[in-house]
Amino acid sequence: MIEIRLPASEEDIRKLKVGDEVAVTGVMITGRDTAHKYMVEESADEVREVLKGGMIYHCGPVVRKDNGTYSFVAAGPTTSIREEPYEADIIEKFGVRGIIGKGGMAGRTLEACGKFGCVYLHAIGGLAVILARSVKKVQGVHKLEEFGTPEAMWVIEVDAFPAVVTMDSHGNSLHDEILAKSEAEYKKLIGKI
Amino acid sequence: MQKLSEHFLELIRRASTILPEDVRKAMEDAAVREGKSSSAGSTLLKMLENATEAEKTSTPICQDTGTLVFYVHYGPEYRQKAIQDAILEATADATARYYLRPNAVDPVTGKNSGNNIGNGLPYIHFDQGEKPGLSIRLMLKGGGSENVGAQYKLPDSNLGAGRDLEGVRRCAIDAVFQAQGKGCGPGTIGLGIGGDRGTAFLESKEQLFRALDDRNPDSLLAELEDRLYRELNELGIGPMGFGGKTTVLGVKIGTRHRLPACYFVSVSYICWAYRRASMILKEGKVSYD
Ligand code: SF4
Repeated sequence: MIEIRLPASEEDIRKLKVGDEVAVTGVMITGRDTAHKYMVEESADEVREVLKGGMIYHCGPVVRKDNGTYSFVAAGPTTSIREEPYEADIIEKFGVRGIIGKGGMAGRTLEACGKFGCVYLHAIGGLAVILARSVKKVQGVHKLEEFGTPEAMWVIEVDAFPAVVTMDSHGNSLHDEILAKSEAEYKKLIGKI
Repeated sequence: MQKLSEHFLELIRRASTILPEDVRKAMEDAAVREGKSSSAGSTLLKMLENATEAEKTSTPICQDTGTLVFYVHYGPEYRQKAIQDAILEATADATARYYLRPNAVDPVTGKNSGNNIGNGLPYIHFDQGEKPGLSIRLMLKGGGSENVGAQYKLPDSNLGAGRDLEGVRRCAIDAVFQAQGKGCGPGTIGLGIGGDRGTAFLESKEQLFRALDDRNPDSLLAELEDRLYRELNELGIGPMGFGGKTTVLGVKIGTRHRLPACYFVSVSYICWAYRRASMILKEGKVSYD
């Protein structure tokens, strides 16, 4: 298990390799489709600081509000590939060091990871309760009214958030590996009657 | 006497927070097969641990509590409208209690209704029977797994798939291969053969109400279910797409009569957080499963 503290340095991130298990501690934000579109199309100054050396968690949480304080009830990752059109630009624009989600991403993001020093971390989909527990505090939220609970940008403090590196800054992707292996089987299965 | 909506609230709570017994068993068996030290095995164990915690604390297994799909069978003493109103009330209430995430978004304005009620949501299928009583089945179908579903129109020359069960087999293999890890596998696959575009999808989703160990009464379909279960697991995609022997937990197939001109194969994929629950209300007594 490798510990990563946020904000992370480029050096720390470049050390990571596909298959490494990591535990992330520090402040990050959640972001899904609406947030990504917003971060690319607008200046999004309110998230600049947290994104510098920070991470974006693809997550639409269930959030509880008690006496004006928010807490995460359930917070597993959402499918990342929907953000493929935006992510590379966001990594470059804000200096993001990590993307956390599920299902992996494609070529442009992998390239941006190599070019700017960023990794893709895979959290287990549906691990809502365990992951919510590693969110120690909700520091704030941007665009809650406009985007709604799942799409809002939640600023969260996490402690030892567990994930696996599936895309590193050296051009490797576990997703490409599994795709190639399963494709060989697929061809065998479709070929035979 | 408790109000109908209170029973429905409990049904929703159970569906969202308790992993069905057959699914848990299948995942436990898979974890043993994969071995603790493999990433497939440890991923399955983490999923099971998450489900155990969710049940203990009555919190959603997964934050995407999905689309609510209700199948309601009611006796002559009930009014459909009363059941519908009670379901809507329970749905809003369950959202306020955090058993459900607000998941109903207007596709034009992008606005979230905030209570899971919207045009066509929740989805409720009614059918009335002769005998008294009320039985309801509920499935929470997550969006990530919904996105990897697919519909094929046969013949499909790319797949070499004709209008027969071999063609159906090819569609299923293609859909699961395309899905890779994106549907939060290990998944369970519902296939709907025939119908029109709409009903083929409905059939594939209805199949997912069947228990994993349920045997298809049609022997040809039962055989295809077994074969696909074996073959899909040969793909090696594994839990979450990390690789492994457990790509699917089961395959369920149903048919609808089709138009002579059409031959659809619909594939519904449901994630490991395979949330379904049912209740029966009879002579004032309620039981859940
Ligand atoms: S696909 Fe299922 S387990 Fe994965 S995030 Fe969606 S609802 Fe949760």
